[in-house]
Amino acid sequence: MNDEVRAIYAHNNTEQGSLGFYIGGFIASVALTLIPFALVEIHVNSRHETFTHPFLIVIMTAAALIQFGVQLYCFLHLGRETRPRWKLLVLAFMVTVVLILVLGSLWIMNNLNYRMTPQQMNSYMQQQDGGL
Amino acid sequence: MSEAVASNQILAAEERRQADDKTIFGFWVYIMTDCVLFASLFATYAVLRNNTFGGPSGTNLYSLPYALMETLILLTSSFSCGLAILAARRLKRLQVLFWLGLTILLGMAFLGLELHEFTRLVHEGNSWRRSGFTSAFFTLIGTHGLHITSGLVWMLTMMVQVGRRGLTRGNLRRLTLLSLFWHFLDIVWVFIFTIVYMLGAL
Repeated sequence: MNDEVRAIYAHNNTEQGSLGFYIGGFIASVALTLIPFALVEIHVNSRHETFTHPFLIVIMTAAALIQFGVQLYCFLHLGRETRPRWKLLVLAFMVTVVLILVLGSLWIMNNLNYRMTPQQMNSYMQQQDGGL
Repeated sequence: MSEAVASNQILAAEERRQADDKTIFGFWVYIMTDCVLFASLFATYAVLRNNTFGGPSGTNLYSLPYALMETLILLTSSFSCGLAILAARRLKRLQVLFWLGLTILLGMAFLGLELHEFTRLVHEGNSWRRSGFTSAFFTLIGTHGLHITSGLVWMLTMMVQVGRRGLTRGNLRRLTLLSLFWHFLDIVWVFIFTIVYMLGAL
């Protein structure tokens, strides 16, 4: 039984990665977590604003996206499957749906907030209070 | 004659391997759809994050170092889960049990920290009923915590299975699926830590 299992999984090994991949992925992930965290902590704890908000947001987003890639590659072994790359294709579809969902919601709701006049806001709030 | 038998065995093994690959791909598709569930919760949170209704905002609701501790614990558990899979491929049963056990302990530590934070927030009067913001916060983090819980149950089941039946072909396949699930949960947490905790602290 064990020999059979060994034979089946041995030739799969190139796709599954090795210890080096996991260690590298782990160290990179820790670094990509600590760097933005340290910047935010310095910024929050200093009395004068050390960094600008857009700068911090760009750093944070970049670190998260790089970590996403690192973990996909090192932990989930993506990008090392043989053609046709179905997993990658499904991932691309998922990313598309997620972007439409998140960016679309933010766009529509911000637009609604922007177009609401103060009077509308007041009458809306009164309605809500009455309902409570 | 014996050559024909051997080649038949190879063919059968190859067929089973392809069946396993299909199962793994199916599970991958499930994980991707789960991402869409989390994306809708992220979108809800992003839309409602300023609707505090006079209550607290993210800045004064949670502490960043606490969330960092949760993040590092979950990341380490993701790593040890990977080591369990590596041990499983080399058919080292005791090592698999050890790394799985460590992963469970780390996962339980993570869950404990999260529940501790939840009870603190509720006791301070900032439960999910406080505002749209806290509702979105509790739903997003709670859904992730629920996934973690089911992952832990699955992991315990696998420890019993591996302990009793050893590293059979079926158990190797299940362990592979389990590791996909666990790594995926860590990836979701990366975005929760960035969007909810770090952006909220600004």
